[in-house]
Amino acid sequence: MLIYTNITNTSILLFLISVLGIFLNQKNILVMLMSLEMMFLSVSFNLIFASVYLDDITGQIFSLLILTVAAAESSIGLAILVIYYRIRNVITAELMHLMKG
Amino acid sequence: MYLLILWLPLLGSIFTGFFGRFLGHKGASIISIVCVFVTFFLSIVAFFEVGLSGVNYCITISPWIEVGLLKISWSFLFDSLTVIMLVVITTISGLVHLYSVEYMQKDPHLPRFMSFLEIFTFFMLILVTSDNLVQMFVGWEGVGLASYLLINFWFTRLAANQSAIKALIVNRIGDFGLSLGILTAFYTFRSIDYFTIFSLSPLFVDYTLNFGGFYFSSITLIGIFLFIGAIGKSAQLGLHTWLPDAMEGPTPVSALIHAATMVTAGVFLLIRFSPLIEFSPVVLNVLIIFGSLTAFFASLSGVFQNDLKRVIAYSTCSQLGYMIFSCGVSCYSVSMFHLANHAFFKALLFLSAGSIIHALSDEQDMRRMGSLVRFLPLTYSLMLIGSLALAGFPFLTGFYSKDFILELMQVTLNTNLGKIQGVFACWLGSLSVFFTAFYSFRLIYLTFLNSINTTRINILKSHEPSLLMVLPLIFLGLGSMFIGYLGTDLFIGLGTDFWKSSIIILPQHSYFIEAEWLDINFKWLPFMFSVLGIAFATLVNITKTYGYLYNVFYRELCFLINKKWYWDILYNRFLVFPSLNFGYFIAFKNLDRGFIELLVPYGLSKLIPKGAVLFSKLQTGQLNHYLFFIVFGVCLFLIIILNQIQLLIFYSVLIFFI
Repeated sequence: MLIYTNITNTSILLFLISVLGIFLNQKNILVMLMSLEMMFLSVSFNLIFASVYLDDITGQIFSLLILTVAAAESSIGLAILVIYYRIRNVITAELMHLMKG
Repeated sequence: MYLLILWLPLLGSIFTGFFGRFLGHKGASIISIVCVFVTFFLSIVAFFEVGLSGVNYCITISPWIEVGLLKISWSFLFDSLTVIMLVVITTISGLVHLYSVEYMQKDPHLPRFMSFLEIFTFFMLILVTSDNLVQMFVGWEGVGLASYLLINFWFTRLAANQSAIKALIVNRIGDFGLSLGILTAFYTFRSIDYFTIFSLSPLFVDYTLNFGGFYFSSITLIGIFLFIGAIGKSAQLGLHTWLPDAMEGPTPVSALIHAATMVTAGVFLLIRFSPLIEFSPVVLNVLIIFGSLTAFFASLSGVFQNDLKRVIAYSTCSQLGYMIFSCGVSCYSVSMFHLANHAFFKALLFLSAGSIIHALSDEQDMRRMGSLVRFLPLTYSLMLIGSLALAGFPFLTGFYSKDFILELMQVTLNTNLGKIQGVFACWLGSLSVFFTAFYSFRLIYLTFLNSINTTRINILKSHEPSLLMVLPLIFLGLGSMFIGYLGTDLFIGLGTDFWKSSIIILPQHSYFIEAEWLDINFKWLPFMFSVLGIAFATLVNITKTYGYLYNVFYRELCFLINKKWYWDILYNRFLVFPSLNFGYFIAFKNLDRGFIELLVPYGLSKLIPKGAVLFSKLQTGQLNHYLFFIVFGVCLFLIIILNQIQLLIFYSVLIFFI
């Protein structure tokens, strides 16, 4: 039981840290992407733990899927970032405000 | 035959109205006169059968409205009261038709005029012959409508438009009272048939209606509402202002509407409802007080009017007051008799006035007349007959009815009857006899006897009217002389059974016998008053002290009376203008266009863009702001779901944040 709470807490903590990383970071978009990756990791970690704990393979299948999705997503994200950099010559998140309401 | 009396004027009206342009002046005149005169002869026959032979008819044609308890049918009642009215209406209407053929000869719209006159006659006949209140209301409103059309006949004149609208609206106030009366009658008796109401009314004496916590005797309430209707139609004090203004129509119209038919509808209604109002002393007292005040007020305002027709209009108003207060002392038959007599001499006066106006190329101001006795001797003699009849000169028509009303009032002077309001009516009535005689003879002097005041050209052109106009005048003159004598035994003779059940007088309200055996000195009193009035008018006009009196002594008073006691001004300033103001500034500008628009269409259209701007400002374009909103939203959602916070608190917090 102790292990269960510790591991769940760890994953939730990781998730919250990554959320805060997105929040508190005003400038660097790369850090935001990394935080996103960390979010995926924490969720995936949680799923794996749940599958071990509940003795069910589905969680591990999900975490594998999440890995592939995360890889695809980060590759697309980095590609967008590269294109953006090519146009604007800058990747500061603060200056991305062309779409005002 | 009985239904033909009703349909002939309608038929004539439709023909002359819709096909007037094909018929031309002559065709329209002939058709309308034939229709009305056939109606006249038929109503004479009806008078013989119903009135003299004593056979009452009630003809039901078809059902009209049948909803639950409410059953109204088109049904026509011919009893003594109705046939008297039929004869009066058709006589006056026929003679007026005959008269207006000549009088309106040069008017391009003669067929329309004839059509309106006939539709007026038709509605008046509907009014008097109906046997239930709703059908009577059809006639009542129809008469008002026809009066609007007739007063507004020269619709290009602003004054005619204004006075027609005034007549219609002021009448409509009374009509509202009457419709309330109809509703109350239906609520009380569950029926609006005359027969049912009249036969049940003795049983409903103690029946009360609860209205807003107050208990009203239902018979009193019905009577008061009917009297409000009569106030409007019969120009009693309070709603009388339309009558003098309605003189803007052509003179035959004044003769028809304001002498014989329309204004008598209110009195007719009260006489018709004698079996009901007889059981309510309150209503009777109200009738006495309003009637006597009207008689006095109108006769006094007639004194200093300078318009020929307006003087006669005020005398009509005054005579209607007599009729109403004689209803108030339960002498309905006398009131009806005065109504019939008054129709004759008032139509005579109006038509003679029309003849004078015609002769002087449409001059109506009495101050610009004079010496017409040399040029219009026939009109003068007829006018004199009419004025003497109006003043109650012995053995003319007015004497038999008017003096009898006053004698009945003298009876109420007896203290043991305990009729204080009767004493009131007696004094005011007697005083108004004096004023009636005064203004009648002032009219005679100013138009016919005083030295001349008009232009030479007018005098040179003045002439007696042709035969077609003189003939009705002569008939009416004969009527003004003899109708009273011929009718007195039939109408108000001691123990006459002419009225049968159409009028009910409670035994304790009957003063006929006391009036017959009144002290001889009291009987002389009204005559003395009218002689005094004639003498005073003569004195003032012969000795030319009129201008002196006017300028020195009575300037303010004369001005007041000439301006009709400021009734119109008071009404306009304190009733009409504030209500129009209210309608425009408060109801229209502040409420309709102001508050309600601010609340819904205008206010929302202003509020929504503002909110939209606020919301769109939230979209800053900054990536981390969007992220903040996402996370914030998720957190809120989780808080609601997990903690089961009440939505009301949540929304109020949300509104506070926004």
